[in-house]
Amino acid sequence: MKSPAPPRLAGTRRTVHLVALLATALFVTACSMTSSSFTMSGPTPDASERVPSPDPRVGLSGGWLDAGEAAWNVRLVSNTLPPEEFIGVTNSDLAFYRNYAIQGNYNGYTVWDISNPENPHIVVTYVCPASQSDVSFYKDLLFVSGEGLGGRLDCGTQGVPEPVSQDRLRGIRIFDASDIANPKYIANVQTCRGSHTHTVVTDPNDDENVYIYVSGSSRVRSEEELPGCIDAPIEDDPNTALFRIEIIQVPLANPAAARIVSSPRIFNDLAAPARHAEYPADSIALEARRRAAGRPPGGGQRTGPTQCHDITVYPEVGRAGGACGGYGLLLDITDVRNPRRMYAAADSNFSFWHSATFNNDGTKILFTDEWGGGSQPRCRLTDKYEWGANALFTIEGDDLVFQSYYKMPAPQTREETCVAHNGSLIPVPGRDIMVQGWYQGGISAFDWTDPANPFEIAFFDRGPMNEEELARAGSWSVYWYNGYMISSEIARGLDIFELTASGLLSQNEIDAAKTVILETFNAQEQPRFVWPPSFTVAAAYLDQLHRDNGLALAQINEARASLAEAERMSGQRRRSALTQLATEIDGMAPGASDANKVKTLAGAIRDLAEIP
Amino acid sequence: MNRSFSRTLAAGMLAVIATTGCGGAAATIVMEYPGSRTRPATPADVAFMTKMIPHHAQAVLFAGWAESHGASRGVRVFCERVVVGQRDEILTMRNWLRSHGKPVPPAEYNRMGMEMGDSHHMMAGMLTEAQLSELDAARGTEFDRLFLTYMIAHHEGAVAMVDELFASFNGAQDDVVFKLASDISADQTTEIERMQLMLDAMN
Repeated sequence: MKSPAPPRLAGTRRTVHLVALLATALFVTACSMTSSSFTMSGPTPDASERVPSPDPRVGLSGGWLDAGEAAWNVRLVSNTLPPEEFIGVTNSDLAFYRNYAIQGNYNGYTVWDISNPENPHIVVTYVCPASQSDVSFYKDLLFVSGEGLGGRLDCGTQGVPEPVSQDRLRGIRIFDASDIANPKYIANVQTCRGSHTHTVVTDPNDDENVYIYVSGSSRVRSEEELPGCIDAPIEDDPNTALFRIEIIQVPLANPAAARIVSSPRIFNDLAAPARHAEYPADSIALEARRRAAGRPPGGGQRTGPTQCHDITVYPEVGRAGGACGGYGLLLDITDVRNPRRMYAAADSNFSFWHSATFNNDGTKILFTDEWGGGSQPRCRLTDKYEWGANALFTIEGDDLVFQSYYKMPAPQTREETCVAHNGSLIPVPGRDIMVQGWYQGGISAFDWTDPANPFEIAFFDRGPMNEEELARAGSWSVYWYNGYMISSEIARGLDIFELTASGLLSQNEIDAAKTVILETFNAQEQPRFVWPPSFTVAAAYLDQLHRDNGLALAQINEARASLAEAERMSGQRRRSALTQLATEIDGMAPGASDANKVKTLAGAIRDLAEIP
Repeated sequence: MNRSFSRTLAAGMLAVIATTGCGGAAATIVMEYPGSRTRPATPADVAFMTKMIPHHAQAVLFAGWAESHGASRGVRVFCERVVVGQRDEILTMRNWLRSHGKPVPPAEYNRMGMEMGDSHHMMAGMLTEAQLSELDAARGTEFDRLFLTYMIAHHEGAVAMVDELFASFNGAQDDVVFKLASDISADQTTEIERMQLMLDAMN
């Protein structure tokens, strides 16, 4: 079933960017206490900087490993081919554990050692087909989604030709990865609709189990194949496998005993929500007519949604964002086994809600519309900006309030699959920044601190995989993990990027993001980022005040000088200097145009003073 | 490990090109993409792809009438998405059939074929020529009502075709077919609900 890492084919790894001879460790020093962060070495903060014009992403030449490339404020550190077994087969999502990246593939998964981002290497290639093999890691366990009809319990590659078969796996595969180079396939949990994606959910009140929310958008399989799989409208059969999600409980002491513990009907009584988008008049008129007719909102028979495509949980705030058919749902998950719907948003411009990302404060949420499922070109000049894009909402109490759309702005050819897909936050303190994969539209990093006015700050793009015909390639997902942006390239393997400083993002801000170190990361379970106190974080806030004119430049420079001086001190002298500076900066807040950020800066300096 | 896939990489590694990287000389082997690994086309998949093309083509035809037939704004936006979405899917299906050496149905819907009793065009939910003419003659609110009624049935037909594919021997073992069929089912199920809401609002 598995094979050891194949010897690398000599020279197959492209050495495109050879600038990279710096020995860059993946795990950067948590606090750059010794480096001076206050001399402006990089570009001066400049809020007016924008995407170059003409956009270098337009007109790139095509090819597999020789496609043209365009990068802005991003450096491609390495591109490494997938293992031979997976060349020509779709690479899917990523999960991370320590110095490993686990990359799903429709035929299994690859474990990469990314300790050296210049030269990641394959630890193990596990052949076990099932699309789409979305992966998650929790402690010593690896979970893999299976939805396709050809997935087998025995991991065979021959498929399952019979429409009803006891050999078929649709659901979650569980591996014991305590020895990550030798994962052991220990259990399955079969579900009626298979698992397109899944979400690992940790319950703060339950340390004996971990939970998995299973999402899927395929059809219900036959009851003859899996008893209890009933494909019927809810009016006809209250036990239908439609209109629900599945929740699996995995006992950590005995993960092989994993089972479905609840199937909450989070869509029940879903009233037609007010659609925002371009035709508010239509929905207002609609509701008025309904009220006049004495009918409940939502009209007659409710048909959908039948399931979610993806659910992103944020256990720290007890919330989840469910991308479910024609709706974006806000869920209360404080009772992990019984999520409760709080709000449902709909959007005339969204065809199919795909995934969600919260900002770090949990005050905003971004939903993506993966129109065309990633198999179609939705970034042509003729495709509207708000179609196949992100929709940004603020979370106000129990409500979602629409703010704007964001779409990777460079038009792509009709030979390039392109639509909003998976990404994650980049932990720059004081800002909401996200990097996201757009299939062959490349990767795009953008700032959505002001959700009504998101703007791009960095990108990388390649030309089409094939100039003659639409082919599958590009970034399935890109996630920030411990200082780098790791992208699963559908056809070209693993891409590792790093951000480079610009007017829109300073070196201090990048370095501050690198101080957040995670041991495990599954993008569907958002952790709350916490920045250990450091001079770098204070310097990042100062750069932000500079860029946005949040404080007079003279005062910013004064604070920079004082911090630099304090950094050269040690012990009690340093602590006193920092405490005094924090007090002075607090005093600047009332006169500053961004008083809140000035206070945040003072707080960061005070935290620094408390380091023994 | 199983290497039952017929295609091997060897054939792909033809072109060896020495390139110079930006920071110094490095011999780089640029391999030729071996192409997506695919299984041989099965009768169930070929039948699904072949039948779905005229099914989609008919949807593209009558969704394309929204503008000229005075549809409401909501229906017009909906139709624009159907036209773009299904036209692109037609291209995917035609490319798939071509790459497997199978006959490729035309991308445009042929109303003349219907009149001549070409019954294989009549897949689930498709409009008869009489229904098409009825819709073509309608304007404004009447167009909206008829369009939504017929398109809901048309979409239900597509979802039923996916069910039929999944219940067939050797159905959707191919990743492209499975993905396309799942997307059609998920998108159109969502759109049926959307259309039902618009229809409810009219009553």
